[in-house]
Amino acid sequence: MTMARAVASRRSFLGHSYNLVGVIASLIILAWTLIAIFAPYIIPHSIGDIVDDDYFGPMRQGLWLGSDYLGRDMLSRVLMGARYTVGISLAAVAISCFSGVVLGMIAAVTGGWLDTCLSRFLDAMNSIPSKLFGLVVVAAVGSSIPVLILTLAVIYIPGAYRFARALAVNINTMDFMTVARVRGESTIYLIGSEILPNIIRPVLADFGLRFVFIVLLLSGLSFLGLGLQPPLADWGALVRENIGGLPFAAPAVIVPSLAIASLTISVNLLIDNLPKKIRDRDA
Amino acid sequence: MTNLVEVRNLKIEATTDAGRVVEIIKGVSLDIADGEIIALIGESGSGKTTVALSLMGHARPGCRITGGEINVNGKNMAALSEKERAKLRGTDIAYVPQSAAASFNPSSTIMEQVIEVTRIHKLMPPEQARKRAVELFRALSLPDPEGIGARYPHQVSGGQLQRLSAAMALIGDPKLVIFDEPTTALDVTTQIDVLKAFKSVMRAGGIAGVYVSHDLAVVAQIADRIVVLKGGEVQETGTTAQILSAAQHPYTRELLAAFEPKRRQAQTEASTNQLLRIDNVTAGYGAVRDDGLPLIRAVDSVSLLVEKGRNLGVIGESGCGKSTLARVIAGIHPAAAGDIVFDGKDLQRAARNRSQDQLREMQIVFQYADTALNPAKPVEDIIARPLAFYHRLDRQARSKRVDELLDMVRLPRALRYRHPSELSGGQKQRVNFARALAANPKLIICDEITSALDTVVASAVIDLLKELQRELGLSYIFISHDLSVVEAICDEIMVMYNGERVEQITPDKVKAATHPYSKLLFSSVPKLDPTWLDGLVRDPELVSQYGHR
Repeated sequence: MTMARAVASRRSFLGHSYNLVGVIASLIILAWTLIAIFAPYIIPHSIGDIVDDDYFGPMRQGLWLGSDYLGRDMLSRVLMGARYTVGISLAAVAISCFSGVVLGMIAAVTGGWLDTCLSRFLDAMNSIPSKLFGLVVVAAVGSSIPVLILTLAVIYIPGAYRFARALAVNINTMDFMTVARVRGESTIYLIGSEILPNIIRPVLADFGLRFVFIVLLLSGLSFLGLGLQPPLADWGALVRENIGGLPFAAPAVIVPSLAIASLTISVNLLIDNLPKKIRDRDA
Repeated sequence: MTNLVEVRNLKIEATTDAGRVVEIIKGVSLDIADGEIIALIGESGSGKTTVALSLMGHARPGCRITGGEINVNGKNMAALSEKERAKLRGTDIAYVPQSAAASFNPSSTIMEQVIEVTRIHKLMPPEQARKRAVELFRALSLPDPEGIGARYPHQVSGGQLQRLSAAMALIGDPKLVIFDEPTTALDVTTQIDVLKAFKSVMRAGGIAGVYVSHDLAVVAQIADRIVVLKGGEVQETGTTAQILSAAQHPYTRELLAAFEPKRRQAQTEASTNQLLRIDNVTAGYGAVRDDGLPLIRAVDSVSLLVEKGRNLGVIGESGCGKSTLARVIAGIHPAAAGDIVFDGKDLQRAARNRSQDQLREMQIVFQYADTALNPAKPVEDIIARPLAFYHRLDRQARSKRVDELLDMVRLPRALRYRHPSELSGGQKQRVNFARALAANPKLIICDEITSALDTVVASAVIDLLKELQRELGLSYIFISHDLSVVEAICDEIMVMYNGERVEQITPDKVKAATHPYSKLLFSSVPKLDPTWLDGLVRDPELVSQYGHR
């Protein structure tokens, strides 16, 4: 019964089988990505312009998502916010996953004192609470986009390292690794050609998960006022500045929350429903 | 209903990940009388385990029983609900898995797990169950039957664990026991004890059995009748004596032929060229002591000599140090003492200090092709890497050479686009071998390369190795626990026990071994004669000294 349903809900295309949930999730992510890229060209009003006489205005023609606490157009602010939330998080997650995974694989392949030193150092990094670390860095050097990206990346490197190392250690014990070593291969070949192809799927899943964490941490930092500074605003900052609208059920506080939820949930669903390559001998 | 088991026109289907339906069992019928042991034999993928599991009404994930009747003790297993089947499992039908080590829960005692069946089915109070278990332990000739139940699975040996899993199966007084290759993973010396124990318990209790195996010689010892399967269909059925003496079907004959020892023609010209010489090599594990030697010595002062174009076999039970010896020679596990001279030059002990040419000329092929081939790469990339790495061939030359190598190991060229998971065991081992050949080596160390293959495939691989040797002038060091394999290909056989070389003889003198351990080892290899096990008399002193019970 379960089997039959699972088979029925998967379709195949270009030699891969897809799942409906995964397709919907990837469409939502694609939509947010396009919005992030083209936001400046599609926003109806400039993000700083006060266009409404009232604050926390309701949804109506012209102001499709109502207005914020200063009477600015919420639709424009959410669309532009996508830019910062998606852009900063993506840059941060790319840096953290790349460095973490490469270091993790090197540690697993090399072993010995390098592995010990790297692992203990990154464990120590891991023990610093992430929000506190963010607070200290922003307080020390001020808040700007590059600082935010680097801070977020550094916070998530130890996790990516641990994850990749754990996977790579298992692969490292396989006989094909011994064969490659006895052949005299270099560490770069070992990690790039022998290990990475075997751990790429879980690493991609981890990438997605870490992206979600970073979106949430960035939103959290912005909510505390340590993220982007006004008049720029990412979604977390939008929630914070409009929190006063909560008693009035203003769309200004609900919409950016929904935006955060839709992106993070979609990424999670996509990771769980990645297309599977069909490797059927005769089909 | 005259027979205990009557299977009629059984059909089982599987669904692939593209949604295509494949019929794996195509209308199998068989009968088992009360107290009769039948053997299901066939190559891997013939459906023998699938048929055996279906007797419990079980189909592995992705498979469905789609047609036919499976009557066991008057009940049609195919038509029962899962709940009703669960009631019968353990009481009417029991199962002994291939790998007992993987089937025991490491975190609870053996006794707890053996009597679990009686608790689940509420058959008897725990006290009585424990008594019954101890009786079974005694019947299965386990050492210390009173105390063994208190131990944990990792505290007993593999052969003991296999017998304990039989005790687990027998405690619910089943009418039918399914043995799924229970001795395949054991040493020959241990296998005998396990087979003897199984046979006596089954006979004493009048229990019917299904014995799944690909080893005809083992099956000959225990089964009353043999059913030969291939491609999901019954090829031939007959009593053990009939099958062994007058096999009708070509596949059965092929199986029997694989047992005929095909001796290698001894090299007539005495070659005097030394290829590899190792002198008093010692290697092991654990802390290094003051004398520079490791605490546990897996290889203890072993010397050996391999001449160009000739083969050396290394034989011994698991844990005797033969695989460590292979790793020492290849430099994977550097020796603690001793010299390795290869092709006239001293070799560094660790592979990373050897030159690229030295590494190229000595290749090692591992036992498990599953883990020796990178599952994420297609076959062509796997074979082409040594070509690019050692010979610096460009893309076109590599592609041409990959085709040649695939031809050499008798694989179709179209296979180059497949991934290892899409190959059969024998095909994987050939790819594994083709990769070693790609380096143009002078010496290939084969570490148990046929142990994971069934008899017919293994003998085909051995024939291939001999042929390649004639064409390319290679030498092999052939490590195995299977005497027949070593006999078939080697000019010299070295017997190892407990890290030491105990004897070195030529294949034609195997009958005249002088060392007691060699005698025990050589006499433990099952013969195709059904009376062999019952007639086997072993010197009890030898067994207690060298057998691991």
